[in-house]
Amino acid sequence: MIAYLTRRILFAGVLLLAVSLFTFLIFTVLPTDPAALTCGKACTPDRIEANRTRLGYDQPVTTQYVRFLKGIVGGRTYGEGQGEFTCGAPSLGYSFSQKDCVTSLIARTLPVTASIAFGGFALWIIFGIGLGMVSALKRGRWPDRLISVVSVVGLSFPTFFLALLLLFIFVIWTQILPFPSYVSPTEDFFGWCQALILPWLTITIISAPYYIRLTRFGMLETMNEDYVRLGIAKGLKRWTVLRKYVLRSALIPIVTVAGLDFGVTLGGAVFTESVFSLPGMGRLSIKAVSDSDLPVLVGTTLVAGTFIVVFNLLTDIFYGFVDPRVRIHK
Amino acid sequence: MTNPVVLEAKNLVKYFPTVSKGLLQRSTDSVKAVDGVSVQVRAGQTLGVVGESGCGKSTLARLLMRLLPPTSGTVLLDGADITSLTGRELRAVRAKIQMVFQDPVASLNPRHSVGQIIGTPLKFLKVKSATGAREHVQELMELVGLNPEHYNRYPHEFSGGQRQRIGIARALAVGPQVIVADEPVSALDVSIQAQVLNLMEKLQRDLGLSYVFIAHDLSVVRHIADEIIVMYLGKVVESGSPSDVYSTPSHPYTQALLSAIPVADPRAAASHKRTVLVGDVPSPIDPPSGCRFRTRCPRAQDLCALEEPALIDRGQGHPVACHFPG
Amino acid sequence: MSELVLQVKDLKVAFSTVDGVVQAVNGISFDVRKGQTLGIVGESGSGKSVTASAIMGLTNRKSADMSGSILLGGLDVLTAQEREIRALRGREAAMVFQDPMSALNPYYTVGKQIAEAYEVHHPKTSKKERRLIALDMLAKVGLPKPSECIDEYPHQFSGGMRQRIVIAIALVNNPRLLIADEPTTALDVTVQAQILDLMMNLQQEFGSAIILITHDLGVVAEVADEVMVMYAGQTMESSKVQTLFDTPSHPYTRGLLGSVRSLDNSERGALHTIAGNPPSMISLPGGCPFHPRCEFSASMNGLCATVQPTLRVLPATGSESACHLNDDQLLSLGLGVNHD
Ligand SMILES: Nc1ncnc2c1ncn2[C@@H]1O[C@H](COP(=O)(O)OP(=O)(O)OP(=O)(O)O)[C@@H](O)[C@H]1O
Ligand SMILES: Nc1ncnc2c1ncn2[C@@H]1O[C@H](COP(=O)(O)OP(=O)(O)OP(=O)(O)O)[C@@H](O)[C@H]1O
Ligand code: SF4
Ligand code: SF4
Ligand SMILES: [Mg+2]
Ligand SMILES: [Mg+2]
Repeated sequence: MIAYLTRRILFAGVLLLAVSLFTFLIFTVLPTDPAALTCGKACTPDRIEANRTRLGYDQPVTTQYVRFLKGIVGGRTYGEGQGEFTCGAPSLGYSFSQKDCVTSLIARTLPVTASIAFGGFALWIIFGIGLGMVSALKRGRWPDRLISVVSVVGLSFPTFFLALLLLFIFVIWTQILPFPSYVSPTEDFFGWCQALILPWLTITIISAPYYIRLTRFGMLETMNEDYVRLGIAKGLKRWTVLRKYVLRSALIPIVTVAGLDFGVTLGGAVFTESVFSLPGMGRLSIKAVSDSDLPVLVGTTLVAGTFIVVFNLLTDIFYGFVDPRVRIHK
Repeated sequence: MTNPVVLEAKNLVKYFPTVSKGLLQRSTDSVKAVDGVSVQVRAGQTLGVVGESGCGKSTLARLLMRLLPPTSGTVLLDGADITSLTGRELRAVRAKIQMVFQDPVASLNPRHSVGQIIGTPLKFLKVKSATGAREHVQELMELVGLNPEHYNRYPHEFSGGQRQRIGIARALAVGPQVIVADEPVSALDVSIQAQVLNLMEKLQRDLGLSYVFIAHDLSVVRHIADEIIVMYLGKVVESGSPSDVYSTPSHPYTQALLSAIPVADPRAAASHKRTVLVGDVPSPIDPPSGCRFRTRCPRAQDLCALEEPALIDRGQGHPVACHFPG
Repeated sequence: MSELVLQVKDLKVAFSTVDGVVQAVNGISFDVRKGQTLGIVGESGSGKSVTASAIMGLTNRKSADMSGSILLGGLDVLTAQEREIRALRGREAAMVFQDPMSALNPYYTVGKQIAEAYEVHHPKTSKKERRLIALDMLAKVGLPKPSECIDEYPHQFSGGMRQRIVIAIALVNNPRLLIADEPTTALDVTVQAQILDLMMNLQQEFGSAIILITHDLGVVAEVADEVMVMYAGQTMESSKVQTLFDTPSHPYTRGLLGSVRSLDNSERGALHTIAGNPPSMISLPGGCPFHPRCEFSASMNGLCATVQPTLRVLPATGSESACHLNDDQLLSLGLGVNHD
C-alpha cells in the first residue's frame, strides 16, 4: 500500500511539472509581444524595452521557465534599484495591467471560488446521489419518471442562461434575495450563504442530473449482480443489502468522477461567477483573457491544473482504500 | 496414422509479460502460458487438446492460427515454415487455417446478417468463388444444416446450436484445410452438442478437413479425436491415440482427470473410485520446479522436484512426461 | 418416509417482456424430504433457475406472475410477507449460485461474509463468536489455513475455493434445504469432483436436503436420489435415480440419455441426437411441448400436438411421466438406450 501511495504521489509530481511546462509554453509561443502589453497605449519603444528586461522577456524561453519555477519556490524580484519590487514565494509572476503579484490576485479570488465550489459540490452530490437512489429504487414508476424529466430539463439549460433566470426570479422579480455580494463566512456566515445560494443552485441544477444518472445506472447494474442476490438469499434486510452491497459498489465510480469534477470547479466557475458578479478565479481568468494579461493567465491555468491533478491523486488514493482489488494487486 | 502431416508445431513457447502499472515500475515476470509444446495434425484427422482452465489450450490455438507471435518455436504448414510470415503471405495462410470459437454469440457481429457474416472472410481474404458470393454462402448454409432462406436473418434470431453452425459455415467459407475449434460445443446443451459434433465429423469425411479440437469435456474429445494431447500448466503431460490415453492413461494427472468425470450411470458411480486431486493449479507465472504437477501429484518423489520429466515413451506404448508412470 | 422439507404444487411463473409473455415455469409439482437429494435436470432455458429463485422468494413479485404454492417452513413463499420469508432464508433454505466468481461481495473479507450470514439468525452473538464460527466453517469446507483465509478478499481465491466459501455461507445456519443451482458448471472436472464430494460429506454432517440443479446427467447419477427432468418449464419425468437411468420413461429423457451414452461409448460413429432446437418460451408449441422434436409424435395421430399430457405414475417402476404413449411403450423406451 505504501509503495502504491509513493508511486502515485511521485507520478502526480511529474504530472504537475508537465502541466506547468505546458501552460508556460503555450503562453510564450503566442504571437503577442508580452512586453508590449505591459503598458498602455501611450507607450514609447524605450519603455517597452525597459519593461522587457525588467520582466526578463528578453531571455531565452528556457531561462524564463527556470526563473518562473524558481519564483514559485523562492519568490522573485523584478528590476533593480528604484523600480525594484518583489513578489514573495510562491510567486507566479507579476501582472502589469493589475499592478499586483499574480499570487496575491489569486489568493484574493480563491476563497470566493472555493466557497462556490464547496457549497455547490455538497448540494449537487446530495441531490445527485439521493435522487439517483430514489430513481433506481422506484425504477419505472412515477418518481423515477419525474426525476428523469426534471434532470433532462436541468441538463438542457446553458449555465449562463440558468444563472440569469435564477437571478431574475429570486432577485429582480420576487426580491426574496438581495443581489449577491460576497462576504467572508467567518465574518457573516448567514450573509455568505445568502450571497452564494444562487450560484450553488446553478451549479447543482447543472451537475446533479449527471450524478443522478450515474447513481441510478450503477445501482440497477449492481442489483443484478449474483452477490447481491446472495446477500438477499442470506436473509439480510433490504436496507442492509442496499447499504453494504449495492451502494458501496455503485458509489465507488461516482467518487472518482466527483473528485475530478470538484477539482475542475475549484479552478473557477467562469459563467456562474460572471453572471453573479462574484470576484472569483473564473472571473480573474476571463478578465486576464480580455486584457491579454499573460502572467495572470499562466498563473490561473496552473492553479486550476494543480487542483485537477491533486484531486485526481486523492481519488486514486481513496480507490486504493475502498477497493481491495486495487489495494492488494499493486 | 500414415496420413501426411498438414500442420505442425515444434517446441512452441509463449510467455505473456505480466502487466506492470505505472511509469516507475518494471516487471520481469511472465505468464508461461505455453511452454515447449510440439504437435502434429494429420490430413483428414483430428488432434484433440484437453486440460483444465488456464493450461494454455486457447493460447496454443492462437499460436497455431498465427494470431499470436510465439516467444520461440516454429509453426509449419504443409512443411513450410509460417512462423514469421506477414502481410499477403500471412493472408494466404489464413485462408488455409480457420477458427471456430466457443461462444457463438460473442463471436458473431449482432448487426450483420448471417449472409454477411459467412461472406466476410471471402471478401477479406480475397478468395474468389466459382459461383456468385451469395450462392456460395447459401451452399455453405445448406452444407452446415441451416436453411439458406435465412440468409438475411440476424444472429439473435438463431438458437445456440444454429449459431455454432453459422460459425462453422464462416470458417468453411474460404475452403480451409485445417479448422482450429476452441471449445466449439462447451456452451451447448448435450442434445445440441451431439448435433454439432455429428456435423463436424460429416464435414471432415466429406471435405477431408483436419481439426484441432479443444475441449475440457473429455468424453467429447475422446469421441472425435484421432490423436490426443493432455496439457497441464503449459506443457503436454501425455499424448497418444484415444485408446492410449483413455484405456491406459499413465500420467497421474491424466488418471485423475479421467476419474473425475461423472459417469452417467448410478451403479457405476457408486462403485467407481475417484482420485480427487488436492489443492489448486499453481500459478503459471511461477510454476513448480521439475515436474509441474508435483505439488498435486499423489506419486511425487524427490526426483520430481529436481528433474523435469521429458515427454517420451517409457514403455507405455505412448509418450508420457512422468518419471514414475503407471 | 422422512419429514417433508419443501412442497411445491402446480408452480407457474410467467414474465411479461417486450416480446411477449415468457411462461418460464408452467405447472410443476415436487416434494423434497429430509436428507434427500433431488436432482433437477433440463436444458438451458427450461426454467430450472426460475424455480430455484421462486423457492427462495427471490423472484420480483411485481415483474413476475406466479401461481400455485411453495410450502417451506410452514409458510407459502408465494403469499408470505417479505419479513416472514427473510426469516426462512438461510435457515430453512439456503442457496449456492452457479458462478462462484460473481457470487461473493468483492468489498468484504470472506470471514465477514460468513459471519454476516450467521448474524442474521443469531443476532445476539458477539463479533468474536461469529469469527470463530466463520473459522470453523472455512475449515469444514476444506480451505487450507482458515486463519489466514478469513481475512482475505474473494478475488484472492480460485474459482473452486470461492465455491467452497459460498457453500460455507450457505451452510453456516445449518439450513434444512440447500438449493445448488449448477454449483459446478463453471468449474473444471477435477474441481467439480472436489465440490461434489464436499457437498455430499456436508450433507451427511448437517443432514440438509439438497436440490441440485444441473444439465449434466453424470452429476445427477453421482449424487441424486430422485430426479426431475424439466423441458420448457414442465416436468417430463420424475423418478428414482436408478430407475431413470435403467428405464427412462419419457422420450425426452431417453433422447438425453442416448446423447450422453453414445458420447461415453468409446466407439466412433454418429452420435445419438435429439433433432431440432428447444422451443421459444414465448410461443410454446401446443399439446406436448416436446412434440416438434419427438420421434414418436408422428405416430400418435396428432394427439401430441393438441392435447397436453399430464404427469401419471407408471405402476411398474414407480416413475412419473408426462407422455401420451401407453405404459408398455414407455417401459420399452429404455431398451435401446443402454447398450447401443
Ligand atoms: N493475452 C494474454 N496476456 C496475458 N496472459 C494471458 C493472455 N492470454 C492468456 N493468458 C494467460 O495464459 C494462461 C493460459 O491461458 P489460455 O486462455 O490459453 O488457457 P485455456 O487453457 O484456454 O483456458 P480455458 O479453458 O479457461 O479457456 C492463463 O494463465 C492466462 O491467464
Ligand atoms: N426476469 C426474467 N424476465 C424475463 N424472462 C426471464 C426472466 N428470468 C428468466 N426468464 C426466462 O425464463 C426462461 C427460463 O429461465 P431459467 O433461467 O430458469 O432457465 P434455466 O433452466 O436455469 O437455464 P440455464 O441452464 O441456462 O441456467 C428462459 O427462457 C429465460 O429467458
Ligand atoms: S514426474 Fe513425479 S510429480 Fe510429476 S507426475 Fe510423475 S510422479 Fe508425479
Ligand atoms: S406426448 Fe407425444 S410428443 Fe410428447 S413425449 Fe410423448 S410421444 Fe412425444
Ligand atoms: Mg480457452
Ligand atoms: Mg439457470
